[in-house]
Amino acid sequence: MAILLNRSTRVIVQGFTGKIGSFHADDMKRYGTKLVGGVTPGKGGQTHLGLPVFNTVKGAVRETRAEASIVFVPPPFAADSIMEAADAGIKLCVCITDGIPSQDMMQVKRYMRRYRFEDRMRLVGPNCAGVITPGQALMGIMPGSIYLPGRVGIVGRSGTLGYEAASQMKALGIGVSTSVGIGGDPINGSSFKDILQLFERDEDTDAVVMIGEIGGPQEAEAAIWARDNMRKPLIAYIAGLSAPKGRRMGHAGAIISAFGESAQEKVEILKEAGVVIVPTPASFGEVVADTLARTKKAA
Amino acid sequence: MDIHEYQAKELLARHGVHVPRGGLAYSPEQATYRAREIGGSKWVLKAQVHSGARGKAGGIKLCSNDEEISNAAEGMLGRKLVTHQTGPRGKLISRLYLEEAVDIAQELYLGFVLDRKEERVMIVASAAGGMEIEDISEKKPDSIIRATVDPGVGMQGFQAREIAFGLGLESSLIGKATETILGCYQVFRDYDASMLEINPLVVTRDGSLVALDAKMSFDENALFRRPEISELRDKSQEDPRETFASDRGLSYVGLDGNIGCIINGAGLAMATMDMIKIAGGEPANFLDIGGGASPERVAKSFRAVLGDRQVETILVNIFAGINRCDWVAEGVIKAIREVGVEVPLVVRLSGTKVEEGRKILADSGEKVIVADTLAEAAEKAVAAWRAATKNKKAA
Repeated sequence: MAILLNRSTRVIVQGFTGKIGSFHADDMKRYGTKLVGGVTPGKGGQTHLGLPVFNTVKGAVRETRAEASIVFVPPPFAADSIMEAADAGIKLCVCITDGIPSQDMMQVKRYMRRYRFEDRMRLVGPNCAGVITPGQALMGIMPGSIYLPGRVGIVGRSGTLGYEAASQMKALGIGVSTSVGIGGDPINGSSFKDILQLFERDEDTDAVVMIGEIGGPQEAEAAIWARDNMRKPLIAYIAGLSAPKGRRMGHAGAIISAFGESAQEKVEILKEAGVVIVPTPASFGEVVADTLARTKKAA
Repeated sequence: MDIHEYQAKELLARHGVHVPRGGLAYSPEQATYRAREIGGSKWVLKAQVHSGARGKAGGIKLCSNDEEISNAAEGMLGRKLVTHQTGPRGKLISRLYLEEAVDIAQELYLGFVLDRKEERVMIVASAAGGMEIEDISEKKPDSIIRATVDPGVGMQGFQAREIAFGLGLESSLIGKATETILGCYQVFRDYDASMLEINPLVVTRDGSLVALDAKMSFDENALFRRPEISELRDKSQEDPRETFASDRGLSYVGLDGNIGCIINGAGLAMATMDMIKIAGGEPANFLDIGGGASPERVAKSFRAVLGDRQVETILVNIFAGINRCDWVAEGVIKAIREVGVEVPLVVRLSGTKVEEGRKILADSGEKVIVADTLAEAAEKAVAAWRAATKNKKAA
C-alpha cells in the first residue's frame, strides 16, 4: 500500500474554511483523496466544499472516523492544532504551516510522547509539502501531475526540489510509491530515519531517494541507520554546496552551525555509509535509473 | 535575529544575572561622560557590532582616562569592524558601550542553544572560558558540561547546581552561579531565543560572578509574539541588500558572485545555486519568492536582485506547485518593462500552467533566454554571463 497514505485513508482538514485550506482541500479531493470533513472552530455545523465542518477535531473524528489530518492553521496557532489532533486519536498528521516557533515544536514533541507508542500520532512536517501516494491520494500541496505511480520512495526536506526529482524520474518513466516532505524546520515531526524505516518495510517500494540539505544531524543519522539496517538501495542528494556558514538559507533549519552540517561534510558521511550520491540536482533521474538497473542485475 | 551585547546584558540583568556597570555612547563626549557616571579608574570601551572576536579586530579597548576614552571612541565610531565572523565587508560601528573594568580571577563559558538532535534546549558550560566554544571542544573537550531541559517542566534547580559544581566553583559562589544559570534559561525561554552565550562569565578577584560579554540570537518565527525583541533590531548591522528584501517579505541572502537568482522554494534555490557553481559560475544571492507569487512579487524580487551592483546575469527558476507559471511570466515581463533589466536574463519554468507561461514570454517580444531543464538553465546563465563580461571588457 506504499506508506502512510492510500486511497482509503480518511482525511480531515484543520483550517478547512480558510483561503489556503479551501484551495488545497479542493485540489486533494480532485486528486482522489478520501476527504471526509474539516475543522474550523466556530463554524461547526456548516457545509464547506460539500463536506461537514466541525468545531473540534474530536467531533470530526467521532462523526467521520477520520484517521488522518492535514493542518493549514497559521503559525501562532498551529502547535495547538497539532496537539488537538494527537489528543483526538488521529494517526497521521501532516502540518504544512511554515513559521512555527521552535519552542512550540519542542512542546508538541514532548506532548506527543504522553501517548503509548501504539496510540501515538505520527507527525509529518511542519513547513513541508506533504505526502503523496501517486495514483491514490494526496495530503499536501504538491502538483499531483508530476508524479508517476511506481516503486521508488522519495523523502525530502524541500517541496520544490522534490518536484524536480520526481519530474526528472517521470521523464525516464520511473514512478513513485510515496513521496514524503519532512519539512525545512529545525525540529520536525518525522525524521529522515523515521521515513526510511517505513520504506524499508514497504512491499511496494524498491529503492529510496533522500533529498537533504545543510543544517542538522538527520541525514547523517539516517545514513548510519541505513548502513546497518537497510537492504534497499538508498540514493541521496544534499543541497547547499554554495551556502555560507552561519546563514539561514530560507528554511529555518537550513543553517550550518556545527561540524558535519555543511553539504560537503554530509556528502562525505553519506558516501562512507554506502549511500549512492546524486552529484548534481540535474542528475536525479539518471542516478535513480542506473541504480535500479544495477540492483535488477544483481538480483 | 541578532542583538547587541548591551541589549543582551540589559535583558539578563533584569533576570538576576550580574553584569558590569556600563552605559551606551554615540559620541566621544558621551563616552567620557559615561566614565564619570560609572566611576572608577579603568574602563573598557566596546564597539557594538553583531559579531564575536571583536577584541582581536580592535573593537575593544582598555582605557584609564578621558583622553584615552575619547581617542578610542573616535577611532571606532563610523568605522567598519572586520572580524572573521563579519566577512570582508565588515560591520559598521555606530554605538559604543563603556563598562567598568573588572579584575578577573577566572574565565568560564556558559552557552544555551537549541539542540536539534535532542530537540531540546541544551546548556553547554566549561571552566575553560575566554576562547571560542569550537576551540574549547577541540582543545579541552573534557572540560565541557552538557545538560538538556525537559520542555514540559523547564530547567530545574538541581541541573543548574550540577553545572555550578561541575565548573569547580568555590562553595561561596554556587548559589550565585545557580541563580545566573536559571536566570539565563528564563530569558532564553521567555523571549524565544535561539542562542545565548556568555563568554566569558568571570569570577572576579573580589569573589563575584559577572557576565563580561553576552551574545543572543532569537527565533525569527517567534517574533510575532515578541515585539520587545523586534524593537532591538539594528538594520545598520545587516547587509543592505538583505534589509531591502526582508522589508518586502522576501527570503534573501546576499553572496559574492555575479549571477542573481530568483527561485521558488528554499531547497530548489540552494540546488540551483549549486548547479550554477557546477556549471562554472558564482551565485550572487539566495532568493526564495515563496508560494503563490503574484506578478508584483516577482517584479519586487527583480528589484531586490538588481539592487546588487555586482549582478551581471539573472536566472529565474520556478517549479510551480502552488505557484503559477503564467503569473511568474507576467511578473518577468512586468519587471523588464518597469524595473528595467540591463543584464542577460535566463528563465526556466516548470509545473502548473507551464505552457501558458512560456507563451507569455515568447509573445512578449522581450529578450529572454528560455531553458527547459535545471541543467540547461544553469549552463545558459553561465554562458550568458561569460559573454556579457567579455563584451564589457572589450568595450
